[in-house]
Amino acid sequence: MRNSSRNWLLIAPGLGWLALFMVIPCILIFALSFFERGVYGGVDYNFNFENFQRAFDPIYLGILLDSIRIAGTATLVAILLAYPAAYAISLAPRNKQTTYLFLIMLPFWSNYLIRTYAWIVLLNREGLINNSLEAIGVINEPLNLLYNEFSVITGLVYNYLPFVVLAIYSSISKINPEVREASEDLGAPAWKTFLRVTLPLTAPGVAAGSVFVFVLSVGNFITPDLLGGGRLQMVGNLIYDQFLSARDWPFGATLSFILIGIMMMLLFAQAVVVNRQNTDRTPKVKEELESLKFDASMTQQEKAHA
Amino acid sequence: MKLLKSLGVSVLTLSAVLASASSMADKLVISNWDGYMPADMMERFKKATGIDAELALHATNEEIMGKVVASKGKGYDVIFVSSPFVEALNKLDLIADIDHSQIPNTKNLYKQANNLKYDKGNKMSMPYAWGTTGLCYRADLMDEPTSWNDLLKPNDKLKGKVTMLSTDRWLMAAGFLSLGHSVNTAKQSEIEAAKDVLIEAKKSILAYDDATFYAKLVSGEATMTHAWDGWCNYGTAENPNIKYTIPKEGTDMWVDTMVIPKNSKMKKEAHAFINFVLSQDIGVWIANNVMYKTPNEAAMSSLDKELLKAYPNLAMTPDQIMAQEQLRDLGKTQKAYTKAVTEILASN
Repeated sequence: MRNSSRNWLLIAPGLGWLALFMVIPCILIFALSFFERGVYGGVDYNFNFENFQRAFDPIYLGILLDSIRIAGTATLVAILLAYPAAYAISLAPRNKQTTYLFLIMLPFWSNYLIRTYAWIVLLNREGLINNSLEAIGVINEPLNLLYNEFSVITGLVYNYLPFVVLAIYSSISKINPEVREASEDLGAPAWKTFLRVTLPLTAPGVAAGSVFVFVLSVGNFITPDLLGGGRLQMVGNLIYDQFLSARDWPFGATLSFILIGIMMMLLFAQAVVVNRQNTDRTPKVKEELESLKFDASMTQQEKAHA
Repeated sequence: MKLLKSLGVSVLTLSAVLASASSMADKLVISNWDGYMPADMMERFKKATGIDAELALHATNEEIMGKVVASKGKGYDVIFVSSPFVEALNKLDLIADIDHSQIPNTKNLYKQANNLKYDKGNKMSMPYAWGTTGLCYRADLMDEPTSWNDLLKPNDKLKGKVTMLSTDRWLMAAGFLSLGHSVNTAKQSEIEAAKDVLIEAKKSILAYDDATFYAKLVSGEATMTHAWDGWCNYGTAENPNIKYTIPKEGTDMWVDTMVIPKNSKMKKEAHAFINFVLSQDIGVWIANNVMYKTPNEAAMSSLDKELLKAYPNLAMTPDQIMAQEQLRDLGKTQKAYTKAVTEILASN
């Protein structure tokens, strides 16, 4: 009894914080999404579903799909860049790993805005990259590297890459080296060990990293604004504009609610991946090793045959 | 028990913080754009009148509108907003009448400044600064632009080297003006036509930029930008080849004003603040530091001739400014503008 009341006391501040600053605002957003904007902003409390219909208007749906595509591309690029890096760090000597992880985190010492502005300095038509390329004669005309989808994706990947490296690193470093050794001993080439043992075992890390980049990218509005030069509208910008420029809080709330829904589904999917991995890890790996053994015996037979 | 005690302590600290917050209630609260007044304005005001005031900041008209509409103006005593929003606040019945007898410095204003369409006789607002929107360009890299079409349909040399404002009223205004329509039009067909022009124009712009366009002119990234006259001066300050011009089709005229919410509990002090802002000294400071024109004749007529030579748009006369069409509140039509702007910004 004493223990449980102490536990409740310990949990209370955190729960209170979540209830006050997450659950209640979400309920407010949900409620607001059924009303309409007054002529001069504000809210007319006139219950209807118009905002939800409007959200599926081709313009807004198009913006949502563009955002998903951009965030998806950023996620894919981030995973492709982060996986080898995390893998390399996990293979480094133990005492060096901490240093490498520290270096990965280093960019977070400066502010998001400053890191994003730095890309403007690098990418603009009179910027460092264009000027250097022109100086060494690779190009005659500056390249348009800024204010397009390329620069937005670059900015998103750059800003969220460290999280992905950390997530993947933590799941690679959890793999018992004996599992990989077993695969090798059974005759699997390195690529096969990677594809059939390492990769499936690190799926939770990849899933966590992907969800992280995707969720943070799809709702981002600063990067499309600064690196997209406002020419690229993502759903985050749309929501921002509804609240701060159009002052249509109800419609902004509807869009936010839809975005929250998408994110919840993704987090749920990620939880499922992690859960499945935790429960069936052993049998699955055993199965993989069994099949490798089969492959190995096949190759031995083939050898014998030859 | 220990836990309960520490909880008790934190509750006490929290209530102390809240108490100190509520004691600020007898300070005058002013909300303005950042950097739009002298940094030591509150000290100057305190020295002149003995009244304590504190400054809150807003980044856009829409932001302060959101706050004021949500709080019904409670918690603010003087608010700086642009002219169309004065009309909106008045229609919402949120702003108080201005008592001219409490603002002797109205004598400093140009007589034209008493005849602004959104508020004839300045009954509910007092003008702070005014100006126009036009084209800010590099005179060393191009000939003077003469039409809005030079921006919207740039020649090959200028393609990808122009920027536009994305704030709804001004973005739409560029389209309307190029087609010869009013910047306050409520006709759906004209809104559609302007939208089409602006979607086409988007293909040849470098970026939308409402905040740093002058820096892009200085660096040479952009050759011509859609700009507010005062902000163009920031570019001129760094490169005298950066010049401002109003296209032949004309443009809009905007006024930034001061209003007092009906729910202000310190209206007398709020009037004293407005009176202080309309003094000659503050007017001169605005022109010298913010590089905006003010309707303060006493201040504008005393400006250094060298300053006017360096920044010719500061020398624009009240009649030249008033010749442009004044931005008005759109009421219900605002929704159509917002939708058009969203479509433009989302187009490829």
